[in-house]
This record gives sequence, C-alpha cells and structure tokens, in this order.
Amino acid sequence: MTSTATDFAFLRALLYDRAAIALGEDKEYLLEARLRPVARDLGLGSVTELLDQLRRASNGTVERRVVDAMTTNETSWFRDVHPFEALRRHVLPDRIARNAARRQLAIWSAACSSGQELYSVAMLLDSGFPELDGWSVELVGTDLSSEMVERARLGRFSGLEINRGLPAASLVRYFERDGAGHRVREELRRRCRFDTFNLARPWPLMVRFDVILLRNVLIYFDNETKRRVLDWARRQLAPGGYLMLGSGESPLGLTDGYQPVTVASTIVYQAKEE
Amino acid sequence: MRALVVDDSRTMRSILSRSLAVLGAEVEEAEDGAVALSRLEAGALPDLALVDWNMPVMDGLTFVREARRRPEWRSLTIMMVTTEGEYDQIARAMAAGAHEYLVKPFTAEALFDKLELLGLAGSADGSNDAGANLAGGEESGGGR
Repeated sequence: MTSTATDFAFLRALLYDRAAIALGEDKEYLLEARLRPVARDLGLGSVTELLDQLRRASNGTVERRVVDAMTTNETSWFRDVHPFEALRRHVLPDRIARNAARRQLAIWSAACSSGQELYSVAMLLDSGFPELDGWSVELVGTDLSSEMVERARLGRFSGLEINRGLPAASLVRYFERDGAGHRVREELRRRCRFDTFNLARPWPLMVRFDVILLRNVLIYFDNETKRRVLDWARRQLAPGGYLMLGSGESPLGLTDGYQPVTVASTIVYQAKEE
Repeated sequence: MRALVVDDSRTMRSILSRSLAVLGAEVEEAEDGAVALSRLEAGALPDLALVDWNMPVMDGLTFVREARRRPEWRSLTIMMVTTEGEYDQIARAMAAGAHEYLVKPFTAEALFDKLELLGLAGSADGSNDAGANLAGGEESGGGR
C-alpha cells in the first residue's frame, strides 16, 4: 500500500468509528485538499504527520477538526443536487397545494452556515414557483455561529465560493458584482432572515414550518441529542410538513414521528399527523 | 463518459483531463475551437466539451456557436471554463448554447459540482441521476 492509500484507509476507519460516516473509496482526492489546511494550522508539515499523530494517541480536539474538515462542505450551492430536486418535484408542490387557502409558506434552514442553502431555496422558489406571487413566504436561516449568521446576512461570496455548484444562469439572475466577488441581489436578500440558534438547547416558540432543512447536523450529535432534536423538529413542523436530513442521516431507530418518502434519489421525512 | 477538453494551455488541458479521469471519463484534447470542431466531425460525439474562451484560431464562443448550428450534435453538453467572469459574458455564452460556465481559478470539487448539476457526475452519496433541473436551469439554453 502507498502511504496515501494507508492514510486514506486509516481516515475512513476513523470517520466511520467517530462519526458513523462512510466515506466512499473514490474520495481519496479529498484527503490532501481537506486536511492540508488543518495540518498547517496545527504546525504540522504534512497530512501524513497529522494522521500519524492521531494513530499514536487519541486526541478529541484534533479528531473533531479532521472529521469536520472531511465532512463539512458548507460552501456549496444546491448542495448535493438531489434534495433540491426533491423540493422542486414533490415537497414544495405538496405544501403549496396544502396551504393554498392560507397562502403562507415557511421554510427553515436550521444549520445555514454562510447562507448558501437558504439562498438556494429562495432562488428555487423564485424561478420555479411563480404561483407564490402574493403569498407570505417566510425564509429563515439559523446557525450556532454569529459570525456565520453575519456572513449570511451580508450575502457576499468570493469567486471560489460562487463556483461551488451555483448554476451560471442563477448567478447572472440573482447576483451582482461586488468588487472582486459577488453579492446576492437585495431583492433576494430581503426575503431571507438569518439569526443565531442553538439546536441542542430547548427551542423557543417559532412559527410552524412547512419544511425544515437539517442537513448534516445530526452526525455531530450523540443519540440522545439526536432524538431530542428530531422530536423538537417534529413539533416545529406544520402537520404533514417535511424534514430534510443529510444523505447519511435518518430518524430510523430514534423516533417514529416521521414517515419516510422517497423522491428523486432522496429520502425526505414527513411529520406524522398527531 | 467521453469528454473533449478545448484549451490552448497545455497545463490547463492536463489539469482538466486528470480531473475528468478521476470520474472515469475518456478524454480527448484540442488546442483551439477549430481543432475541436474537426475532432467532433471526425470521431464519435463525446458527452461533454469543456471549452476555454480565449484561444487562437477560433475562440470558445465561436466554437459554441458553430457547434450549436449542427443539430446532430445536440446531445453534446458544453461548459465554458474560462477566466472571463463578467456577467454579460456568461450570459452571452449561455445564450449561444453553453449549458454551464465555470470561472477560473476553480477547485476540482467545483468542477465536480458543476458536472453533478449537469447530470454527468454522481453526487456525494455516490448515486447518479441525470436530468437535474434547478433554479435558472430552464433558461440555460442550448436545447438540452
């Protein structure tokens, strides 16, 4: 085995053990790209040195940074493509039909990072659902980090961030140049509200949402916290509302409050009606 | 997947070819638009062309226009990969028939994201479902 292959095998085992994340065998190309900055931050000369340190002794802080670096992918628009297809084809049409009399729709991006997920939803609604004209649409993004929330509110992104999965047609339509970077047009920013929020603490009273996006968050929690968060999310969903999780996450075995529905290669979880 | 990489920089062609090879693509290269057109005429039609804008002999935009005049090449997905990042240029390329646009510099992951949008690469979970059509996708032109 080459040293890269050895490192990669070790890393896959570590991710599986610590975070129950099964990293595909074809993801070796991520190793250097994701871990080199972590190694540099810790004053280590290479990714191999970083992994050697973990091989010698378990170190929770370093492990967490490695796991985060390998799993966090927060800068991508329409992240993973399929969940947005599920929204477009099934989830949104279903909720819009259901709320036709009230003409209200509420969507929550519950770990919004710098805002790409919520802005992606806003673009999808704008371009794909003209029937929402005249509706009251609430788009809420929250994150634990106030720095992220501030970034999301500003809606400013570098060229490299824009490159991550944003369709060129959406760039031209929903952004404007901002120095060397790009900024979400005011018209779209106005529709999105961002705030700090700790998912692991009891949730305050909020509106009930038609859709909650809670993707790639549960992986960081223990089972007890996962169960609590899933129960709170169900109570926060409108009857028949949808919870969207990351592709490796599921409420299975934690709560029976959701009905899985498969759409466009994605499983979404519909809150069971009480 | 079969792909054609069109760029006058040998380094850029090699970076793109290697990235595509990671996805298991079979890659051909051309150093300008005119060479690319003759490659398309001579061989089997690839699934994807990655095309630079500024090249000698025939630039990328002219290549896109020429390729789109040939109905038998309709199934060819074209993505511009260029340093030209002004919105009016992006809009011109899309109007001429490019499906997507990637501004240099970019990371391998950004390239994979775009290919995933085009239904030409699997998503992070390893599944692969072509035909994704997201915000703004309807207007992307090119008769796809």
